[in-house]
Amino acid sequence: MVRFLKHQIKTWGLLDLFRGMRVTGKYFFKRKITVRYPEEKTPISPRFRGHHALRRYENGEERCIACKLCEAVCPANAITIESEEREDGSRRTTQYDIDMFKCIYCGFCEEACPVDAVVETRVLEYAYLERGPHIMTKDKLLEFGDKHEAQIAADRAVDAKYR
Amino acid sequence: MFETLQAFLSTFLFEWLAILMTLVIQAVAVVLPIMLVVAWLTYAERKVIGYMQARMGPNRVGYFGLMQPIADAIKLMNKEIIFPDQANKFLFIIAPVLAIAPAVAAWAVIPFADGMVVTDLNAGVLYILAVSSILVYGVIIAGWASNSKYAFLGAMRGAAQKISYEIAMGFALVTVLMIAGSMNLTEIVKGQQGGIFNWYLLPLLPMFFVYFISGLAETNRTPFDVVEGEAEIVAGFHVDYSGMTFGIFMLAEYAMMILISFMTSIMFLGGWLSPFEGIPYLEAAFAWVPQLGWLAFKVSFLLFVFIWLRATFPRYRYDQLMRLGWKVLIPVTILWVFVVGVMKYFDFGPWFN
Repeated sequence: MVRFLKHQIKTWGLLDLFRGMRVTGKYFFKRKITVRYPEEKTPISPRFRGHHALRRYENGEERCIACKLCEAVCPANAITIESEEREDGSRRTTQYDIDMFKCIYCGFCEEACPVDAVVETRVLEYAYLERGPHIMTKDKLLEFGDKHEAQIAADRAVDAKYR
Repeated sequence: MFETLQAFLSTFLFEWLAILMTLVIQAVAVVLPIMLVVAWLTYAERKVIGYMQARMGPNRVGYFGLMQPIADAIKLMNKEIIFPDQANKFLFIIAPVLAIAPAVAAWAVIPFADGMVVTDLNAGVLYILAVSSILVYGVIIAGWASNSKYAFLGAMRGAAQKISYEIAMGFALVTVLMIAGSMNLTEIVKGQQGGIFNWYLLPLLPMFFVYFISGLAETNRTPFDVVEGEAEIVAGFHVDYSGMTFGIFMLAEYAMMILISFMTSIMFLGGWLSPFEGIPYLEAAFAWVPQLGWLAFKVSFLLFVFIWLRATFPRYRYDQLMRLGWKVLIPVTILWVFVVGVMKYFDFGPWFN
């Protein structure tokens, strides 16, 4: 009988409805978690896998030795490498293309690289409006690496003890 | 107010022209503000629902996104109106008109303040019930003319739902008429004079809820928007409408929302009357608030509740919706008609003098 009365009061008093409205009413005054993107940005991990870059040694020599490990490990077949002997007898790439449409940003190329030449930077704001520019050539990748070297080196330094 | 305008106009115009001009001015003076309120009600809805979901809502166009309705309107007007291949073009075009016409026409008898009413009709309540019933034709014809099964399903649901809930709504209004003893909306408000305890809210509390819930169903708002039911039948009756034809349906829906809020305020919350009448100090403290201000405040609160409900509750299943309408709301209203009859016989409380 008591249970019956309780149930009737709950039903006819619309108690459940008011409880639900209290929850939404509370959230009305809560702090909003929206990030207004172009003005505000979320923090990015030093391990973030964004735009690729080719690095150089401090003396300006390019790191890549055309071992083609990255080409082999790439699950999306996004990397194409051609190599030749340079005049000074060292092994270097003549072509190093990354197809940014194929790339799935898994980071395997960076892990495979024995000389830390190819890396993925924390740059994520780029887009291609047409086909063509999405093939990142060796020159473009090296230039990109030169531009962001400070950030790349800092990110590697933070992560160094876990590698 | 409009009599003086008409008298002024007839000093230099033909008699019939003066009357016509007055009518046009009256119509514009009522419809234009309502359309503006409708525009920013869509903004308010998105903003409030956003806030209740810990989001921000529209905040890009203008300060706090305040110009969002303008951007939406421009977008809708520039979009192509697509006619389905097998659609009945005449009915397809006439459906949005039939949807918005009653939603606008009903405002003719709504008193915004003492004497601030286009037509002080003696059968005002009857007029509103009759006109708002026509609204369902817009939905049915839209569903039929689209020649799409989803639109047709939505229209059928809409017709059944609106007719069911109109009964409960009518009975809820019957109790108000029993107390007020008048169908004139101005008279009904005047009958509630004397502060918050003289409003019809207290003796008719269940009817207040029944009326508001029926109002939700009448305007196809969540939790009763099975007519649209995007998870089941895409967008219901307006699935094939695009551009401004779709916009007109939206305008009609929001105009009806505002109308239901006005009706609820007038019937149960004392219309333009201050809630502090007869309370010594508060009455004087709030004497500066105009009558229209009190009505606007009550209507805004009810509209907020409309949006609040939408942010809170999931959609009713169709059979549950019908059960609520026929097996719960209608018996409750019939019971309360008897209760009000008994209260009236014994002159109960301050409401029956």
